[in-house]
Amino acid sequence: MKKILLASVAALATTGAHAQDEPIKLGIVLGFTGPLESLAPGMAAGAEMAMEEVSESGLLLDGTTIESVRGDSTCIDAAAATAATERLITSDGVSGIVGADCSGVTGAMLTNVAVPNGMVMISPSATSPGLSEAEDNGLFFRTSPSDARQGVIISDVLMEEGIESVALTYTNNDYGKGLADAFQSAYEEAGGTVTISAAHEDGKADYSSEIGALSAAGGDRLVVAGYVDQGGSGIVRAALDSGAFDTFHFPDGMVSQALVDRFGSEIDGSSGDNPGTDCPGAQAYQDMASEAGYDGSSPFSAEAYDAAALILLAMQAAGSTDPASYKDSVMDVANAPGEEILPGELEKALQILADGGDVDYVGASAVELIEPGESAGNYRIVGFENGELVVEGYR
Amino acid sequence: MEPLHALVTLANFVIVPAVAYGSQLALGALGVTLIYGILRFSNFAHGDTMAFGTMAVILTTWGLQSAGIGFGPLPTALLALPVGIAVAAALLLGTDRVVYRFYRDKKAVPVTFVIASLGVMFVYNGFTRFVIGVDDQRFADGARFLVSARGFRDATGLDEPLVIKSTQAITVVVAVVVVAVLFWFLNRTRTGKSMRAYSDNEDLALLSGINPERVVTYTWLIVAGLATIAGTLYGLDKSFKPFTYFQLLLPIFAAAIVGGLGSPIGAIAGGFVIAFAEVTITYPLKKVLGYFLPESLAPDGLVQLLSTDYKFAVSFMILIIVLLIRPTGLFRGKSV
Repeated sequence: MKKILLASVAALATTGAHAQDEPIKLGIVLGFTGPLESLAPGMAAGAEMAMEEVSESGLLLDGTTIESVRGDSTCIDAAAATAATERLITSDGVSGIVGADCSGVTGAMLTNVAVPNGMVMISPSATSPGLSEAEDNGLFFRTSPSDARQGVIISDVLMEEGIESVALTYTNNDYGKGLADAFQSAYEEAGGTVTISAAHEDGKADYSSEIGALSAAGGDRLVVAGYVDQGGSGIVRAALDSGAFDTFHFPDGMVSQALVDRFGSEIDGSSGDNPGTDCPGAQAYQDMASEAGYDGSSPFSAEAYDAAALILLAMQAAGSTDPASYKDSVMDVANAPGEEILPGELEKALQILADGGDVDYVGASAVELIEPGESAGNYRIVGFENGELVVEGYR
Repeated sequence: MEPLHALVTLANFVIVPAVAYGSQLALGALGVTLIYGILRFSNFAHGDTMAFGTMAVILTTWGLQSAGIGFGPLPTALLALPVGIAVAAALLLGTDRVVYRFYRDKKAVPVTFVIASLGVMFVYNGFTRFVIGVDDQRFADGARFLVSARGFRDATGLDEPLVIKSTQAITVVVAVVVVAVLFWFLNRTRTGKSMRAYSDNEDLALLSGINPERVVTYTWLIVAGLATIAGTLYGLDKSFKPFTYFQLLLPIFAAAIVGGLGSPIGAIAGGFVIAFAEVTITYPLKKVLGYFLPESLAPDGLVQLLSTDYKFAVSFMILIIVLLIRPTGLFRGKSV
């Protein structure tokens, strides 16, 4: 709160000095109440830090400052989220929106408010593959990858290892089903065969029937799209014990220290992936966050910083705060060619853009936007050797 | 050789796991059925009694392990069983004294007992989590395999593996021993006979001088033994997690009802019916048929009757069909 006040004071001061128009207002619509309420503060702080950085530089559109306006998406109540967004656009007059966090409300806000009002929205954390197909008139972007992306990553990893036939089991919920479908379509497109795609329930007493079905269908590897603390481990245990499979691929719900502790060298030769980046921006952002007094490693906080930064850089590139004109610049500033921009270098980026140059915003989460305006996604690929988890690379 | 391969595959993925799972369910269902037969209510706290007893066994096992005491190739947990049973028995007798005796004295209707047991379930549930936590605990030690995949391949020269885990073998052996002792006790000893008499006709049993409180005490003692053994065997074979034990309640009740509530033989049969139904009906026959049929006829599809999603539906279909045709269950238990 103190930070917002300071930012507003700073905003007022600079406004006076430059005798500019009203400050630019950016909306932050996140689930400040509801299931993601523990993550929202870190995300909002990230977005506001980017705004503050740009305000202080005094370079955006000849010295305009930025003011943040928060709205509550509630994460689950689409009606409340739409009302909050409606208020931000019509009464507060924001020029862009960072949000929302959960996929469901994000879709509702986009269709009901953002598109009719021609407002740009950049979500830091909505990962549902469904949003890729949403009718958005080029107004919607996200700095987090779609779960469909992970499906492609898994498919690539397996194909590169020469594995062309796998059995697939997933935890029976939206995450598991979505990921399993995404993987299956990517893998089959790449020429692989999914011999069976079988759901498993979490916390059940016995997985012999699932293992029986998976083993009868066969495959060179078993892909376990489940949770390590739930049925996923039960499936792996039963598969190892019965000799049905000796190697596995573990998506993000499974890769953890618990997995290594539990199975040790029994899963040697398996592979896995989870979101992660080794780009220098990630570390720089965390340092900046701890200096500002919040936890930068909190999930999606870096993505929120990047979302706000992208909106502001796009405005600078387009020379306008009108969403209709700057929406086309978002992809340009996010991707090559141009000078690479890390967190804390927004001032430099604004200067380059003001001079008519080109930037490639890398930011805190190694942003690379692909069509239709979502993060390409950065995943850490791991292997298992001698009972240890080994990082094999990033992609 | 080909049909042999098919048989080995079937044994590895259907028969061995289903027999082990069936034994675990049968022991659980025996406890449920005894309580129903003698105390005349469905004890919803049974799954959590299993969890509680197993927790006591695990804690004792850890103690033994840190003291350097092992049981050779067998799991140390078997040594810890008596302690676990004693702790579970103390808990059950204490619960009976505090909760069930009150309702028994008031001659409450069975549904009151059922609801009371639901409350007891939540208390046990919380207590177990409070002591050992909600996470997975593994406590199996000793030899892991009786027949390992590689050992079997090397010994027989077959392509298909057959795996028998030592915990599966122990489960079946212990289950057979426990069932034999239980039937001997119920049919041959004076106390066992008085329990059956009490179950058949309470008033007649009271008239002939049977002490009801003694019968109740013995019942709880046996139930503590059955629950702890079933829970420990299950935990050895899979893993211990309080939530999973709570979920076990469903297949255990299905087994007891299919077999006929109140009938010990029915409970055993029911356990195996449910276990085999879950595993066999959803098993794809692709591999097995591939070994039997000439290559030109080998199936491309999975030849799976039902997807594994439906395995619970299968057990409950069986339950409904049995109740429609024989409302008292396969072995003529008391009507539900």
